[in-house]
Amino acid sequence: MITKTAEHTVIGTRPPRADAFEKVVGKAVFGPDVNLPRMAYGRILRSPHAHARIVRIDPTRAEALDGVYAVATAADLPEAADRTERVGEGNVNYKYMRDNTFAGDKVLYHGHPIAAVAARTLQIAEQALELIDVEYELLDPVLDVRQAMAADAPLLHEGMHTRSLAGTADTPSNVASQFQFLQGDPEQGFAQADVVVERAFETAMVHQGYIEPHAATAAWDADGTLTVYTTTQGAFDIRSQVHELLGYPLSKIIVVPTEVGGAFGGKNVGYVEVPAAVLARKSGRPVRVVMTREEVFLASGPSSGTWMRVKMGATREGRITAAEVELCYEAGAYPGSPVGAGANCILAGYDIPNARLDGYDVVVNKPRVGAYRAPGATQSTFAGEAVIDELAEKLGLDPVEFRLRNIATNGMPRLNGGFHEHIAAREVMEAVRDHPHYNAPLERGTGILRRGRGVGLAYWGNWGARSSVTLEVNADGTVSMLMGSVDITGTRTSIAMQAAETLGLSLAHINPAMGNTQTSGYSDASGGSRTTMATGVAAVKAAEEVIAKMHERAAAIWVCEPEQVAYTNIGPDAGTFTCSRNDETMTFAEVAAKLGGTGGALRGQGDVNVRRWGGAFGANIADVEVDIETGSVRLLRFTAVQNVGKAIRPGQVEGQLRGGATQGIGWGLYEGYAYDGQGHMLNANFLDYKLPTALDVPAIETEILEIPWPEHPFGVRGVGETPIVGPPAAIANAVYDAIGVRQGFLPMTPARILESMGII
Amino acid sequence: MSLEFRGPGVVPLTLYVNGHETHLQVEPRQTLLSVLREELGLTEAKHGCGMGTCGACTVILDGQTVYGCLTLAIDCDGSEVRTLEGLARGQELHPVQQAFIEHDAYQCGFCTPGQILSAVALLEANPRPTAEEVRQEMSGNLCRCGAYPNILSAVLAAGEREE
Ligand code: FES
Ligand code: FES
Repeated sequence: MITKTAEHTVIGTRPPRADAFEKVVGKAVFGPDVNLPRMAYGRILRSPHAHARIVRIDPTRAEALDGVYAVATAADLPEAADRTERVGEGNVNYKYMRDNTFAGDKVLYHGHPIAAVAARTLQIAEQALELIDVEYELLDPVLDVRQAMAADAPLLHEGMHTRSLAGTADTPSNVASQFQFLQGDPEQGFAQADVVVERAFETAMVHQGYIEPHAATAAWDADGTLTVYTTTQGAFDIRSQVHELLGYPLSKIIVVPTEVGGAFGGKNVGYVEVPAAVLARKSGRPVRVVMTREEVFLASGPSSGTWMRVKMGATREGRITAAEVELCYEAGAYPGSPVGAGANCILAGYDIPNARLDGYDVVVNKPRVGAYRAPGATQSTFAGEAVIDELAEKLGLDPVEFRLRNIATNGMPRLNGGFHEHIAAREVMEAVRDHPHYNAPLERGTGILRRGRGVGLAYWGNWGARSSVTLEVNADGTVSMLMGSVDITGTRTSIAMQAAETLGLSLAHINPAMGNTQTSGYSDASGGSRTTMATGVAAVKAAEEVIAKMHERAAAIWVCEPEQVAYTNIGPDAGTFTCSRNDETMTFAEVAAKLGGTGGALRGQGDVNVRRWGGAFGANIADVEVDIETGSVRLLRFTAVQNVGKAIRPGQVEGQLRGGATQGIGWGLYEGYAYDGQGHMLNANFLDYKLPTALDVPAIETEILEIPWPEHPFGVRGVGETPIVGPPAAIANAVYDAIGVRQGFLPMTPARILESMGII
Repeated sequence: MSLEFRGPGVVPLTLYVNGHETHLQVEPRQTLLSVLREELGLTEAKHGCGMGTCGACTVILDGQTVYGCLTLAIDCDGSEVRTLEGLARGQELHPVQQAFIEHDAYQCGFCTPGQILSAVALLEANPRPTAEEVRQEMSGNLCRCGAYPNILSAVLAAGEREE
């Protein structure tokens, strides 16, 4: 019914974001800004030990302190189901989630929550934490993923047995699960190779580093309705978690998402919502719990530290013959690392006839990992792209040329069992080959400053899933838009743009808003780079329903058949209805003005579950300067190329490319959790866990390719995650190019670089 | 030099907040940030770390940017404090705010109040800064969304506009 040609009038433009004004005047309400009458302040008591049995918890002295309203522990939560469900971008077992909300019989990491206090002031709450008596029996911690896999390692969960396709192992282990991908005959493939490269890699645990800490405010109505205001990527996911952990009906829980001050995957799982809800119930007051920065580092959901091994072979002609990959990912205290996604993304851009990949999900005494922007892919890509680079070098081939000789194309089987469709990996690599940056001469440098250039090819699979958009037509011809997806990156604008384009109205006609779990249709979390894509599908569907219903209203006004009414959503007459019976025209607004007399409210509803979506390839080019005396690395120039399908609002797409690159630069050069031998985190602050600053990041050139995903009305693919995947790999390859030594660690701190050179 | 002892218990404090004379009773241990956010409801200033490492709490105190989280409120007695609340006049934005919109100089917007106030103070002291000066002066304001290149172009553009 609605045909929209390529001549878009809204899509592809750069209007101000719908939330622009409230963001620059500082009026946007973020999680910690929520403030309710009579509100109490909640704080959480955390384990000072990495691994210990809890002998006793006695809150009596805390409860007696003047100004303390309530103390909560695991005893306040019902037993939770031993069931695993998808939450945002990862899986969560509710029994483990309960233990990670308030520790049961054991604490499993430094910062593990034990109890929570609500008090009249924050200071009283903090004082009360010190009055909760906890007796521990210390156990040996296990912090390193390979150490944890050893047969004699201390066990985190005595009852945990490794699961695999072969079944469940007899002896308990810290390896929660393992899997294998097999393609062709790897032994034969290596026998055909003229050159073989094998290397091991390690990466440190890293944090999303959102500047807004986790914050939730819970309040119970007299009728038993619980409202939770929280900073989250998925209001409905948080509602499910609260429902499971409190054993309370979904219909009586309302989750209201606030503005989100950065999430990057880390705000799918709730940490403070359930404690706030329990404290609010016990105290009879609204309770706000806001994490400190230290708590965010210690006890939210960072990304896995890893140990990886990659072996690859190629012929003299530059064809890859075989690969063998081992991925060992830290899950933290409970199973659920992103090793599966790491396995799906490593070497995804190449045609590899023979390959074997073994993946291990391993528990260690660190916080339970969460999703972090392309979960698991950045680590594995760092390893895969380093070996690809080294193969090219051994074969005397330009690294981009070698990649192009082996690039994956449509229909090729993938290591994980699937097939690539509309992948456009070649176009991305060719864009690198032809990019002015790649062809610019690089002054090599002599003396202590050495320069190098590196590239990395990156892939992320993206996501579809459930989204809901409601468009309500108002009497003045404007449209109120409500979306169930949380806007974490400006998506209320990119969704409204797709609605406007479909409706043939200007963007100014649409006022978009985020709903909550009471007002919106079910929507999955804003993660997996799915929102502009899948919620866009919902918006287009809602807009089409609006137009179809408006046809009926126009027909009622004209007293004709709806089939005699046509609507134009394109060109100079966009936004007008015409009647073939009487040749009259009416604008969208004129029909809207008569809604009352033609049947009442008019609403278009788009509820979708998008089951097919397109992955996104991207690539990076990095120029670095390495000071071989200090080991410090400076970025001279950086380029991000990505196929985005269709850039709905290019400014936002560029922002995602730059933002992902900036975080990737952090992973590459600065960021990593540090622990002492007892499992105490040593750098739970922004001084010692260094994020890139304005001084560390060069301009970051972006090149956007638009090779559409054909099943989206406008061709959109997910954008936000692929940008972080390639930068550490590109930087590591550039460092090699500069100093001639391969890098096996992330982050590549000055000390690591000097160590790799044999200087320290 | 003489030492002055105040407290324990609440002590009186006068601040000129965005041009308004404001009388308060605060505890000596309270930071300027907590007074702005909790006592005055000025939540434009954000709490990102509480230890002077992120810049989300940046406000302008007597013409200089300070970290609100590291500044004791009672040390500001009689001072003039500017927050983001005082910057726009109704719907009329300050040139720096306007430039932030035009250059997409924010993604989540959480660091934005601090970034804008740092930029305002910088431009008031140095109306035509170089790119290097902007990067230096604003390196105390973290942006995890990585809007740095856009922030830089917004500040440079605002500088040109204000001339
Ligand atoms: S909150 Fe003050 S610098 Fe981070
Ligand atoms: S815009 Fe999100 S931290 Fe800067």
